[in-house]
Amino acid sequence: MTSANRLSPLEMDAIASRHPHLLQGSSNKRLRTILISAGLVVYLIFSWWFFSIGHVLGNANWGIAGTYLADWVSYEVRPELKIARDKTMTIDYQRNSPLGPNPNPSWVELDKETVTRTVEIPASTTPAAKPKASSSFSFMTPGSALGSTDATSAQSRTETRTEEVITRAVVTLNRSTKIEVADGLVKATHRGETLTMTVDGQDTVTPQGTLPAWATQKRPGEKITLAFGATGWAEVEGDDVSVRNRFFGWANFFFDTNSPFFGKSYGEVLSLITSGERIDPARSNLALAWNNILYNAEWQHLDVWTKLLQTVVMAFVGTLFASLVAFPLCFLAARNITPNFLTNQVIKRFFDFLRSVDMFIWALFFTRAFGPGPLAGMSAIFFTDTGTLGKLYSEALENIDDKQREGVKSVGATPLAVQRFGVLPQVLPVFASQALYFWESNTRSATIIGAVGAGGIGLKLWEAMRTNSDWENVAYMVLLILLVVFIFDSISNALRSRLIGQKAH
Amino acid sequence: MATSMLPKHLSDNGALVERHWQELNSRRRLYSWLGFAVLMLALSGSLWFANDSNAGKFFDRLPHFFDFVGDLAPRDGLEIFRAMFDLPSPYDDGSFKYNYPEGRLYLTESFYIPEYVHKMLETVNIAIFSTVIGTFFGFIFCFLAARNLMPNPWIRGFVRRLMEILRAFPEVVIAGFFLAILSLGPIPAIAAVSIHTIGALGKLFFEVVENADMKPDEGLRAAGGNWIERVWFGMVPQVLPNFASYFLLRLEINVRASTIIGAVGGGGIGELLRLSIGQGHQAKTLAIVILLFATIFAVDQFSAWLRRRLVGDQAFQLAQ
Repeated sequence: MTSANRLSPLEMDAIASRHPHLLQGSSNKRLRTILISAGLVVYLIFSWWFFSIGHVLGNANWGIAGTYLADWVSYEVRPELKIARDKTMTIDYQRNSPLGPNPNPSWVELDKETVTRTVEIPASTTPAAKPKASSSFSFMTPGSALGSTDATSAQSRTETRTEEVITRAVVTLNRSTKIEVADGLVKATHRGETLTMTVDGQDTVTPQGTLPAWATQKRPGEKITLAFGATGWAEVEGDDVSVRNRFFGWANFFFDTNSPFFGKSYGEVLSLITSGERIDPARSNLALAWNNILYNAEWQHLDVWTKLLQTVVMAFVGTLFASLVAFPLCFLAARNITPNFLTNQVIKRFFDFLRSVDMFIWALFFTRAFGPGPLAGMSAIFFTDTGTLGKLYSEALENIDDKQREGVKSVGATPLAVQRFGVLPQVLPVFASQALYFWESNTRSATIIGAVGAGGIGLKLWEAMRTNSDWENVAYMVLLILLVVFIFDSISNALRSRLIGQKAH
Repeated sequence: MATSMLPKHLSDNGALVERHWQELNSRRRLYSWLGFAVLMLALSGSLWFANDSNAGKFFDRLPHFFDFVGDLAPRDGLEIFRAMFDLPSPYDDGSFKYNYPEGRLYLTESFYIPEYVHKMLETVNIAIFSTVIGTFFGFIFCFLAARNLMPNPWIRGFVRRLMEILRAFPEVVIAGFFLAILSLGPIPAIAAVSIHTIGALGKLFFEVVENADMKPDEGLRAAGGNWIERVWFGMVPQVLPNFASYFLLRLEINVRASTIIGAVGGGGIGELLRLSIGQGHQAKTLAIVILLFATIFAVDQFSAWLRRRLVGDQAFQLAQ
């Protein structure tokens, strides 16, 4: 192009103004854009109303969401101090405390004292209940409800008893957070602020001075909730101080509290295994330790691994069988291989049927047939994927290059040999690659059909979530699933890129 | 060529070639057999393991394989339509099995939507809504994850890892977590399906963007366009048909996904189907299965038709 016929900007503008319709988008197109955007906005508003999203989100318990999320990677220890009327205390931990049956953690300091006192025992209390009453004694009107029913027939008697009580307790949550309970006074310190509360041993708690930002009390006298952020929280009531101390990590991941190895450091466990005396004379310490890990009551390692293996097996066998069945059928469905319209249509509609009756419906039916377990999930994957793979395979066959087939046919090969040498070399890598891809994606989807009872880790996940207290187990299983999916993803990608080159993904 | 004319003995060079070829051949055969043996071993091991850990054993339960047909046989053929359209049944004895009219959702005094149609619409709407949300975020993320638009490897890597995690995270867990916080209903299902969709669509989208023609982008850059202008005017017009095609493909998948999530507590038709199979209500089960089958089939066909119009046969390549 020479400079002579090059347009100056001024001339270009002149041409543009003479033919504005060329440079403006067609009004039709603009209208369509506006209509689509408007339709989308209307749809979103409709859905907001249809699912009543605002209402549901407003009523959600977001406070508990934080606790559940924290439970994924941490655990709580809950010492509970019960305060009697004479301001002495007893301490209790939650059932199945991660610290074992008789915890004595260093962050709870207790001053103990032996006192002798007279306790009124209602006559109706059965002798069997007596020892229990002394171990976790409730000083709140002991058995008054029972006593009143029997008041006429039996008189209550008094008993003198000697027991050890706590006079002062200091719970240290972290460096800046501490709760001290002594003589009916609860002193909570958090980030340099101190709140002192008076408890009467019955049902009233009174704060002294104003409440700091981290303490809340709904009505005077009622319980005071102290929120210490990530390190835990506490509730102070008239007769009870319950502390939730949160620790980062998974508690008792290897050995549960019933194990003889519980509470020992890695070094101690290692030396026990290598050179220690046999704890259980029947087997070596290594076997015992391994057994204790596998049957850990809280983490159920063996069960989790078995269920995960079931999921993998379901996907593997289901996809393998599906590709084996889809392989011969797809030759009948492809119209260039089998030039029979009726056969093509019947097989193709059969594939559509298998695919459209969803994996989930098949899973429900086969759970009825085989009972819950991997056989049901496997069959469901097999049925659905026969349809999907058959459809994909027959589409691949219909797109093959016909020249190779012609060539093999022209030298007088039998029909079977034409397929073997003219068609198969072209499609086999694609078939294998698609089967591998479905194997990998089924490993993922097998998790979810497991939740309806078709075997695998899905149901276990679902049960762990339903209790709302085993989120750390959920995290563990999710981590394992992600790991397995990642491994199969890599294997399948590597195999597929070897089969059909880099363009496969 | 007559064979007698060929030399009887190969030269040293020829023998070497022949031996090498034979070695290659036998090695290849060995690998094929080894691969086959490993596959068979894995298969038989898997089958044994699956059978062993199943509640019912395969050969014991095989005669019951078609038991589910019994779950689907109503008392008479018309029962299916009565169940589907909430018409009163002549067998009504007050039990849940035949109480079809109770599920009616009246819009006006006399016009009602049958229960299963209503729930089916809810499930389909969950799928559409979550696909829209997933597409929105996937659309934003894909340009940050594409190599040709985001030169910063840290942002790119972060967005890609994020999408990988969203994709691989089990949907059941997301649904279960939101079920614990929110009340029962469709929102946990929406959350679960959309989060998965963000990851899945984001990946497909950024691969489209990476394969796009960079000439419009170059022109915009030369004219001094900023990043958003380059994306909006240079990239979006050429990738939009493919995006729309993937949106439809994902919609097909999400209709199925929202049905399953429904069965584990996310509302919609899935839950009704699970309950109905569990309680042995044949007519109701069959009505739901037919409705579900028809819906999935219709969505698939519609989406295939529209995708073919949008991007041609390219839409039917294997999507990952």
